[in-house]
Amino acid sequence: MRWLLLKDLQILRRSPLQAVLLVAYPVLIAVLVGFAISRSPEKPRVAFLNEVPADARVSVGTRELPNIGVNDRICARVECVHVESRAEAVEEVRSGDVLAALILPANLVNRINSLSTPFPNTPEIEVVVSEEDPVKARLVNDRIDALIAQANLVIARRIAAEGGKFLGLVLDGGDLKVLGQTIEILGLRNSARIVESLRPSLPPGDLRDSVDRVIRFTRLARNNLATGEPLLSRLAQPIAVDKEVVDGSSPPLESFAIAVAATFTLAFVVVLLVAGSLALEREENAFPRLTRGLVSHSALLTEKVVLGVVVGLAVTLLMLTGLALFVPLHWGRFGLWLVAILASGAALGAAGAALGAMAREVRAVSLLAFMVTLPIAFLSLIPSGAVGAALSDMIEIVTALFPFKPALDAMTAALDPAGPDLGVALLHLAALIAAYGLLARFALRRFAAV
Amino acid sequence: MHNNLRRLSRIAFASVEAGAGIGTAVIEARKLVKRFGAREALKGVDFEASTGELVAVIGPNGAGKTTLLSILAGISKADGGEVHVPEGEVGWVPQQAALYRRLTVEENLLLFARLERHADPGASAEEMLELTGLGERRGEVVARLSGGNQQRINIAIGLLARPSVLLLDEPSVGLDPRQRARLWEFVSALAETNGTTVIFSTHDIQEAERYGGRLLVLADGEALFDGSPDGLLEAVRREASEAADRDFETAFVAFLHHRGH
Ligand SMILES: Nc1ncnc2c1ncn2[C@@H]1O[C@H](COP(=O)(O)OP(=O)(O)OP(=O)(O)O)[C@@H](O)[C@H]1O
Ligand SMILES: [Mg+2]
Repeated sequence: MRWLLLKDLQILRRSPLQAVLLVAYPVLIAVLVGFAISRSPEKPRVAFLNEVPADARVSVGTRELPNIGVNDRICARVECVHVESRAEAVEEVRSGDVLAALILPANLVNRINSLSTPFPNTPEIEVVVSEEDPVKARLVNDRIDALIAQANLVIARRIAAEGGKFLGLVLDGGDLKVLGQTIEILGLRNSARIVESLRPSLPPGDLRDSVDRVIRFTRLARNNLATGEPLLSRLAQPIAVDKEVVDGSSPPLESFAIAVAATFTLAFVVVLLVAGSLALEREENAFPRLTRGLVSHSALLTEKVVLGVVVGLAVTLLMLTGLALFVPLHWGRFGLWLVAILASGAALGAAGAALGAMAREVRAVSLLAFMVTLPIAFLSLIPSGAVGAALSDMIEIVTALFPFKPALDAMTAALDPAGPDLGVALLHLAALIAAYGLLARFALRRFAAV
Repeated sequence: MHNNLRRLSRIAFASVEAGAGIGTAVIEARKLVKRFGAREALKGVDFEASTGELVAVIGPNGAGKTTLLSILAGISKADGGEVHVPEGEVGWVPQQAALYRRLTVEENLLLFARLERHADPGASAEEMLELTGLGERRGEVVARLSGGNQQRINIAIGLLARPSVLLLDEPSVGLDPRQRARLWEFVSALAETNGTTVIFSTHDIQEAERYGGRLLVLADGEALFDGSPDGLLEAVRREASEAADRDFETAFVAFLHHRGH
C-alpha cells in the first residue's frame, strides 16, 4: 500500500498546476470564509458637515448645557469624511466615495433651544443618500436612524437632568444663576416650614383655616413633585437596555472562523484528492490490473483515504500555521487538532472515495465533488436559529449525513475549549467513516464497467 | 540476443510448477457465455490450453476476443459456463495500455515490481528496461512516449507478474517490426524454457500463423475453428476453394465470408 501511496504523491508532484490549485483554492476559500464570518461590517463612510457655530450651546430654560461633543459622538459610529460645504457633501455621495452625507445646519442649536419657548421650531438635520444600491441605502438609513435616535436620547437626557435640577430647586430651594446674577430660591420645603411655624401664633378663625390649607397644599405638592424627578429622567429613556459590551475590538479571526477555514480546506483537499485519484486509477486502466491480485478493493480504498488524510493534514496544518501569524492560536491544544484533523480527514476521505467510486470519471468526479461539498459546507454554516424550525431540522439531517458538519464541530472543539463536545463529533465521524467506507466498497464492484 | 532473452526469462520465471509437463491443460473454459445487455459477446465458447502452449486468438472486430481473454484473466465474470484457471498465476496485458502516464518509465516498472513483491524490484525493473530497449528513456514520463513505446511498457508490466499463463490482448499493435520480433522472441522463449502458456489475440494473420502453435478463430462470439495453423489452412482451402491459391489472409477472409461473417 505504501508503494501506491508513494505513486500517488509522485503523480501529484508531477502535476504542479493541479497540486497548486488543489491546495491554493481551498486555502483561498477558507481565508475568505473565515474573514467574511468573523469581520463585523465596516463602519460606513459618511461625509460630515457641521455648520453649527462652535460656541452654540443647547440651553434649557435659562441654563446652557455643556458641549456634548456632537462631532466625536458621530464620528465614533461612522467613518467621517469632513467636508467644507453642502455641495461638496453632495458630490462625495454622488461619486460613490461615501455612502451618505450628514449635514448639521447652522440653525440646529437655535431650533433645539426654541423647543422650550412658546414658539418651538422643529430642529432638522439633513441626510443625503444615493439610493442607487437598495441594500446600501437600507444600511445607511438604519445607521442614520440609529444615530439620530441616539442624538435625541442625549438631548432628552440632558433636558431631563436640567428639568430635574429645576424641580429640586423648587422643592428644596437654592441659588439660581440668571444672566450673571444669583437669585435665591426659597423652595417649597422652606416655605412650608415658615408657614407651619407661623400657624401656632394665629388665633383660630378664617386666617388660621387659610394657613392650614396652604400647609396641606405644600405637603401634597412636595410629596408629588418629589416623584416627578425620577419620572422625568425615566421619560427621557423609558426602556433601559442592559447591554454588556465584552470587548471593543474582537480579533479578526476568532476560533470558529478558524475552524471554518480549516474544515473548508480539509474538506476540499481530501474529497477532491481522494475521489479524483480513485477515478484516475480507472482512467489509466490501472484499476483492473491492480485489483487482479495485487491489491484488494479495501486496500486500494484505504490507500486513497490515507493519501487524502496525509495531504489534507499537511495543507491544514500549513494553513493554521499561516493564520497563527495573525491570530493567536492555542498551540497547547495541538494534540487535539491532530485528532480532529485525522478523524475529519478520514471521514471526508471515505466520502470522497464513495463519490469517486460512484462517479468514476475524473471530470465528473471533480464536478460532483464541488457540487456536493460546497452546498453542504454552506448549509453547515447556517446557524440553527436563522431559519424556521422545520427547515432547520431538515438542514440538520442533511448536514449530519455528510462529514463536513461533524468535522467542523470536531475542529471547533479542538481549537477552542468553549467549543462543542469533541467526543460526540468523533463518534459521528467514526459512524460516517464506516458508512461511506461500505458505500465505496459497494460502488467499486461496478467501478471498472464502462 | 536470443541467449540474452533466455537468460532474462530464466531469472524472471525460475520456478515452473513441478509436474505440469507439456500437454496438461492449465487453463480451461467450458460453454462460456457473456452478455452485454441484449448482445451476446460469447455464445458458449469452449477453450483450453496446456503448459507451454502458444495460442493465437483471431477473428474480426467485435468477435469476442477481448471478452474471452478478460474472462480468463478474471477481470470480468462470465454469465454462463465454467472457467478453470490457476489462481493468481495469470498475467494480463490489456489491449489498452494500463500505465500511470504521469510516472516515468522506470517508476511504472518499479511500482509494479514492488506490488508483485519481487525480492529485488530494482533488478526486475532493469531486466524489463533491457527487454523493452527503453533503458535510455527510463526517466521520461510515460505520457511523452510514442504509442508503441507505451505498449512496450504495458507488456513489460504484464511480464513482471511472472505468470504461468500469460494473456496478451493484441500485444503487437503499434510496435515497429524490430520490436515485434523482440516481443515474439521473448514470448516464445517464455513458452519454451519456462513452460509458460501464452494466449494472445491479434489481427495479424501471419503473426498468428507464425507464432501461434494453435489458432482459435472467433466470430460473433462463436468459435469457428480451433486447431493448428496447418489445420486452419486446410479448412480454409476446403471451404473457400476459390481463394485457396491466394495468400493466407485473403483465404481466411473468404473463409469467414463463407461462414457468414
Ligand atoms: N463493456 C461492454 N459493454 C457492452 N458491450 C460490450 C462491452 N465490451 C464488449 N462489448 C461488446 O461485445 C462484443 C465483443 O467485444 P470484444 O471487445 O470482445 O471484441 P474483440 O474481438 O476484442 O474486438 P476487437 O478486435 O475490435 O478488439 C462487441 O460486440 C462489443 O460491442
Ligand atoms: Mg479486443
